[in-house]
Amino acid sequence: MADDIFTYAPAPESRSVVRLRSSYGLFIDGAFADPAEGRSLKTVNPADEEVLAEVAVAGEADVDRAVAAARRAYETVWGPMPGAERAKYLFRIARILQERSRELAVLESLDNGKPIKETRDVDLPLVAAHFFYYAGWADKLGHAGLGADPRPLGVAAQVIPWNFPLLMLAWKIAPALATGNTVVLKPAETTPLSALVFAEICQEAELPPGVVNIVTGAGETGRALVAHGGVDKVAFTGSTEVGKEIARTVAGTRKRVTLELGGKGANIVYDDAALDQAVEGIVTGIFFNQGHVCCAGSRLLVQESVAEDVLERLKRRISTLRMGDPLDKNTDIGAINSAAQLDKIRELSGIGDDEGAQRWTAPCELPSRGYWFPPTVFTGVTQAHRIAREEIFGPVLSVLTFRTPAEAVEKANNTPFGLSAGVWTEKGSRMLWTANRLRAGVIWSNTFNKFDPTSPFGGYKESGYGREGGRHGLEGYIRG
Amino acid sequence: MAETPESSERSEQAGKTVARRPGGRAARTKRADEGAPPQVEPARPAEPPAVAAQGRLAVRKTYKLYVGGAFPRSESGRSYPVTDPQGGLLANAALASRKDARDAVVAARRAFGGWSGRTAYNRGQVLYRVAEMLEGRLGQFADEVAAADAVPRERAEALVAAAIDRWVWYAGWTDKIASVAGGANPVAGPYFNLSTPEPTGVVAVFAPPEAPLLGLVSVLAPVIATGNTAVVVASERAPLPAVTLAEVLATSDLPGGVVNLLTGRLAELAPPLAAHADVNALDLTGAGALAAELEEAAAGTLKRVLRPAEGRTDWTAEPGTERLTAFLETKTVWHPIGV
Repeated sequence: MADDIFTYAPAPESRSVVRLRSSYGLFIDGAFADPAEGRSLKTVNPADEEVLAEVAVAGEADVDRAVAAARRAYETVWGPMPGAERAKYLFRIARILQERSRELAVLESLDNGKPIKETRDVDLPLVAAHFFYYAGWADKLGHAGLGADPRPLGVAAQVIPWNFPLLMLAWKIAPALATGNTVVLKPAETTPLSALVFAEICQEAELPPGVVNIVTGAGETGRALVAHGGVDKVAFTGSTEVGKEIARTVAGTRKRVTLELGGKGANIVYDDAALDQAVEGIVTGIFFNQGHVCCAGSRLLVQESVAEDVLERLKRRISTLRMGDPLDKNTDIGAINSAAQLDKIRELSGIGDDEGAQRWTAPCELPSRGYWFPPTVFTGVTQAHRIAREEIFGPVLSVLTFRTPAEAVEKANNTPFGLSAGVWTEKGSRMLWTANRLRAGVIWSNTFNKFDPTSPFGGYKESGYGREGGRHGLEGYIRG
Repeated sequence: MAETPESSERSEQAGKTVARRPGGRAARTKRADEGAPPQVEPARPAEPPAVAAQGRLAVRKTYKLYVGGAFPRSESGRSYPVTDPQGGLLANAALASRKDARDAVVAARRAFGGWSGRTAYNRGQVLYRVAEMLEGRLGQFADEVAAADAVPRERAEALVAAAIDRWVWYAGWTDKIASVAGGANPVAGPYFNLSTPEPTGVVAVFAPPEAPLLGLVSVLAPVIATGNTAVVVASERAPLPAVTLAEVLATSDLPGGVVNLLTGRLAELAPPLAAHADVNALDLTGAGALAAELEEAAAGTLKRVLRPAEGRTDWTAEPGTERLTAFLETKTVWHPIGV
């Protein structure tokens, strides 16, 4: 390309704002403590495979202590506390999050691999906003339309994924605390660090001990937490497979459950759409956060008459995306979060080749160390292809075409998932017609991947149940 | 499914102990392979049939299933005797099979698009029409409830009246629940953002065994008011008012397949419905001891599950909106604002 005259100089964000400790304990009852069995895991920077810190692995005994601390705090402090007082703690936490947002953004980029542009401009502002939003609810629950005297459930067990570590923590902890519950939260094994800094923030805010407990570890720790007899509520964000396991575990108990699971979002582009805007939306839909987004628009459904045009513009646009150092402020696409996830993306895209879809990869250099996967587009995809049915959770777009609106809806809904969908058209009635028929919890029309604490988020069908965000987000934590 | 003449049905039952009673009605013993202990004594006829003063013999009703708007017998050809609490025979009801349950799911799925696509106002009109039809049959329902529960006629009438009023209450919810459960969200940006509730899909409802009409109405009406379609397993012990309710539904402009009613053994019908991939949600109110097992089966496709209430439910008390919202999904639509 001739536009090499404009070259990018690296603009790295400084790491010095982050003070990493070499090892982290579990945060139980207001203090950091060593795990009973003394096991630990290492968390690495996926951009260069450097070990960032050692983190404790909580066993059953630790989970038990954390749940007991949460129960004590619920019964003696947090449950009885007036909502207005709870609110002030949450406002305090929100303010500290804002004050320390650059530090947390850098830390998140280090631990997760996502570009600083996203952690700085999307994750952290939303994290603080979420705490602000739910802080305001704490003393207004009687007005939420969930009964005249809504009561908390008790102790909430919360298990979150690695794609938006601190944001998912905010989605879980803010509504739980606002409604008077106490929590035991398990961050993902590959991204535990921002949750541990959040624990420090709880100390800084002088949140009563036991109200928030953070137990780090892998699947085994999560299972112990979900199955613990002392929890009243389970909230999980992650894969549909694990979501089903959790639904089985809690069957027959009185535990309440909300599950926010996988997706295979359809992004429908009609022939009358503003194509350049649509192309931006397609790129945001699948390449935001390296495609590690449960609501990603991973299936592009484009009307046949404009398919060629859209694909050409799309490839041109993708070719301008900058992939590399997550801490570089120019970076659009960061690292894949883990070696395991990279393997999964490679495996599924390999299946795309085997099944006869045509792969196109953006021309970009991959760094020599770390986990990387270039932006990839598969064309000639049919509904039977596994890359059109299974969640890849990476920067891989499957392109299908349609002729009529009815066909678009039919194909969009032909999935066990139902989390998100996109509609691109300049005609309002067509947009609403389509949105009405899509079986998905969030419909972005002429936009994509927008989030807000006031806006409920969650899926239909096997994308899970319950909503997070907004007034609806209170429902999962309240007994009416 | 074709009607079979009574005579041929009887001949298919050859080899079973058959006790005839005046009017040609027969009570059979339960079959050993139905899982229940074989009944040694044939069920006694309850009340002597009301022979009209004119000496006219009453025409009795065959209690059948209600699937896809039609009244078939069980494809299995089976039936079971329904008795009053004293063991007196009331009638034979169809003993639905797993295949009947699957057929009912197909019918409910087929009806979902049309019913959920109706305007909320229209659904309210249809449901109100159901209440009108119920009112017209108040006497018949009171007889059936009185017989099923061995309660005085007056008490039975009160229960039926409560059931009709409950139906009217839910009929009025169809075009209000979206305003209560949904709304605009004030997002921090130039976006229109609206959350609206939508029906979950096909709901399998296990009706409470103890309240054959009021309990059934209380669990069924909220499911269909919001646009879901239903496969209902009626009270195993007292299914007759449910079948009569199906006759009301069939004559109330409710499209076929919106409600599908099965009578038979809960233990036989509930597991395949709980595991069925085309069922979106379960109402376990009447699931009893099976509830945990069914919830576990539901996890396979992440069905929404309404668990049975703790303790005894007072069906006469005014319900909240919980049964409406349990089978709703919230859809949130975003659109940019700009010129």
